[in-house]
Amino acid sequence: MTAPPLHLAVALDAAGWHPAAWRAEDARPADLFRAEYWADLVTEAERGLLDFVTFEDALGVQSAAFHRPDDRVDQVRGSLDAVLLAARVAPLTTHIGLVPTANLTHTEPFHVSTGLATLDYASTGRAGLRPQIASRAADADHFGRRTTPRLTDEDVRDPERIGRRLSPLFDEAADAVEVVRRLWDSWEDDAEIRDAATGRFIDRDKIHHIDFEGEHFSVRGPAIIPRPPQGQPPVMSLAHASVPYEFAARAADAVWITPHDRAGAEAVLAQVDTAVRRTGRDTRARPLLRFAEVLVFLDAEPGAAARRKARLDDLDGAPLASDAEVFTGTPGELADLLLDWREAGLDGFRLRPGALPHDLVGITRGLVPELQRRGAFRTAYDATTLRGHLRLPRPGSRYARAS
Amino acid sequence: MSGPETTGRKQIHLAAQLPGIHNVTVWSDPRSRSQIAFESFRHLARTAERGRFDFFFLAEGLRLREHKGQLYDLDVVGRPENLTQLSALAAVTTRLGLAATVNATFNEPYEVARRLATLDHLSGGRAAWNVVTSFDAFTGENFRRGGFLAESDRYARAAEFLATARELWDSWAEGDVRADAAAGAFVRPGAGRFAHHGEHFAVSGRFTTPRPPQGHPVVIQAGESGPGREFAAAEADVVFSKYNRLDQARAFYRDVKSRLARYGRTPDQLKILPTATVVVADSDAEAAAYADEITRAQVSPQTAIAHLEAVWGRDLSGYDPDGPLPDIDPAPDAQMLKGHSLFRRDRDEIARGWRALAEERQLSIRDLVIEVSGGQTFVGAPGTVADAIDHFVQTGGADGFVLVPHLTPGGLDDFVDRVVPLLQEKGVFRRDYTGPTLRDHLGLRHEPAPAPVPKETP
Repeated sequence: MTAPPLHLAVALDAAGWHPAAWRAEDARPADLFRAEYWADLVTEAERGLLDFVTFEDALGVQSAAFHRPDDRVDQVRGSLDAVLLAARVAPLTTHIGLVPTANLTHTEPFHVSTGLATLDYASTGRAGLRPQIASRAADADHFGRRTTPRLTDEDVRDPERIGRRLSPLFDEAADAVEVVRRLWDSWEDDAEIRDAATGRFIDRDKIHHIDFEGEHFSVRGPAIIPRPPQGQPPVMSLAHASVPYEFAARAADAVWITPHDRAGAEAVLAQVDTAVRRTGRDTRARPLLRFAEVLVFLDAEPGAAARRKARLDDLDGAPLASDAEVFTGTPGELADLLLDWREAGLDGFRLRPGALPHDLVGITRGLVPELQRRGAFRTAYDATTLRGHLRLPRPGSRYARAS
Repeated sequence: MSGPETTGRKQIHLAAQLPGIHNVTVWSDPRSRSQIAFESFRHLARTAERGRFDFFFLAEGLRLREHKGQLYDLDVVGRPENLTQLSALAAVTTRLGLAATVNATFNEPYEVARRLATLDHLSGGRAAWNVVTSFDAFTGENFRRGGFLAESDRYARAAEFLATARELWDSWAEGDVRADAAAGAFVRPGAGRFAHHGEHFAVSGRFTTPRPPQGHPVVIQAGESGPGREFAAAEADVVFSKYNRLDQARAFYRDVKSRLARYGRTPDQLKILPTATVVVADSDAEAAAYADEITRAQVSPQTAIAHLEAVWGRDLSGYDPDGPLPDIDPAPDAQMLKGHSLFRRDRDEIARGWRALAEERQLSIRDLVIEVSGGQTFVGAPGTVADAIDHFVQTGGADGFVLVPHLTPGGLDDFVDRVVPLLQEKGVFRRDYTGPTLRDHLGLRHEPAPAPVPKETP
């Protein structure tokens, strides 16, 4: 018996995940706010048959500090709205999943739901949602409506402390995802009837108010857009501690974790299992896929990737710091690592290219063929939707009456 | 070669709108396709671009309409979120402007400014924003704030919302993105820093998105009231108007253009575009017959009764749409239609007028509703339509039109294939785009950037 093929995603962020990546030789720093740059990256990822790409985003300017702004000018600062970015590349691609980040603390779940459904239509079933809370208190000043918990220097040394401090925001975000999902379901799949005999465009019995009442907000519904092609675009969240593991268990279809070795992966997955049990989720009915993240520098020649990273570290003035494991090596060595970690019970990986486009190309043209040779990755797309790639069935609307 | 632009005649601006709701769209026509599939939008946008239109416009939906306490089911319903959709359309067009209504009541300036700046970047300078506000608690039920506005506050909030968005766009100067790898300087110090403390908004911090290619995306406004006209004269680059009858249109045009000087603006800095429909066929007679057919499809018997109920505030389902109007009076204060801008006010007066018209002309309910629905704006053979549009613009009725096709997605094809070439021959419409941005198409200057002075860190 062979293991099912790995799921493989790439996390796109500016010029790459190394803060000095924009200064690498083949970087395109002047193009970071141009559509062509992103189209080239996503097209390359699709050439590599990846399950999906993700688009990072935040409501504040990037910072070297986790919890507050900085004034550095030697790193990439500035970003575009990730949902619009994903939509911009959707018509230029045909298979790859597109998973933008959307903030749920300061934006309206109604807008997030409609925007993602629109992306799902524009991509004919390839949208996913990565919900994000606003962990930086400074972001609240951009909106002037509320305050959010302010993390201290002490807090940010420990993910568990961060999670506890921000747990009200995770609770609120879980409600927001629930609203987003209910709105997706609020039109049954066959609500549009175009019945000329009775003059009715829709069957209004198949479109439903969602009547969500939560602690923080209420939303009446229904959606203004029919049910998206995937029914429910997959929701995926990044998590480092028990509170966000529980958020994932409540709200997500996939959780992204950041272990540093195989034993660490086993330990985190046990915590995820605990969170799943605590929330009472039935993962046979609603699978929760588990992805690990690795920040990668890839070169075919042994030692080259480490040298490249060291040069970027020098430019930035400090060794690269990341929540995820930082890998430097050859595609073969990375394939060894991924297949070893997978034994902990992982479904796949979201890889963070250290520098773009270099390490993306290393993944698509180095790692992918290596995994294919070992029978661990697809050699052609066999589905056209993100749910199809992830082998998640298309759910019916919760509001459809059992017939 | 004598270029058409040398004729000295006023150049016409054209935009297209994909109608979402209302009974403009004839969904029962066999040629009618999906109102939601991306392919429909791609076809319409590409047709508009082939016709060298200035822009493609999408209105906004925030709540489904209800009639007699139930979802209104007779018209097309269901539409995408417009900025996301326009961003996708930016991938399949190269010059066409991309305009969206975004409500200033159920959004915050920071996110709207950011999304519009993003669309402007991702389209290479083709974004436009139709600024509207809502005072509608019905719509508010879909949003966290749930709140709504006193109607008198609408333009004050809209003006401050727009001013705040402009401050955010200006928070990055031209050239703040240096991307100088050798020097290790990606941004200029202080790029994006902003602070706004006003009556409606108190916001500060750093804006994430560099200055948009157009400086500021084009600002559109639609409002017929006095405060609306004043807001347009002060703030807007384009005004949408409902006045597509020449006499009314000229009065509106004169009035709005005359207000510009007060704000130090010239008449050509604001384009006035009424919405219009076009029915074109081989001959005038054929077009007239087709226009009739379209109007009857737009006002089905069920639609006729529903429109009457909206005005009367009563259940009139027992009445025969081919029979006379009811002799009972409208119900006081009954609100049958929610989420719909029509018939919000003066329903008694509308009912009196409709009854008088029906009695005088011996009209059935359906004929009456067809009569008051206004029919089609430009009807005729291609030459007739081109002449009428040209006359309308040259005689001071408008700077151009927003065309609303009755069919999705093929409803613009005939106009673009048969009427646009005639307008080009007349020398009143561009044969090709002369610049890459929507501001270029509209003949508007790019918003000058503030000087790139390093800002102090507070």
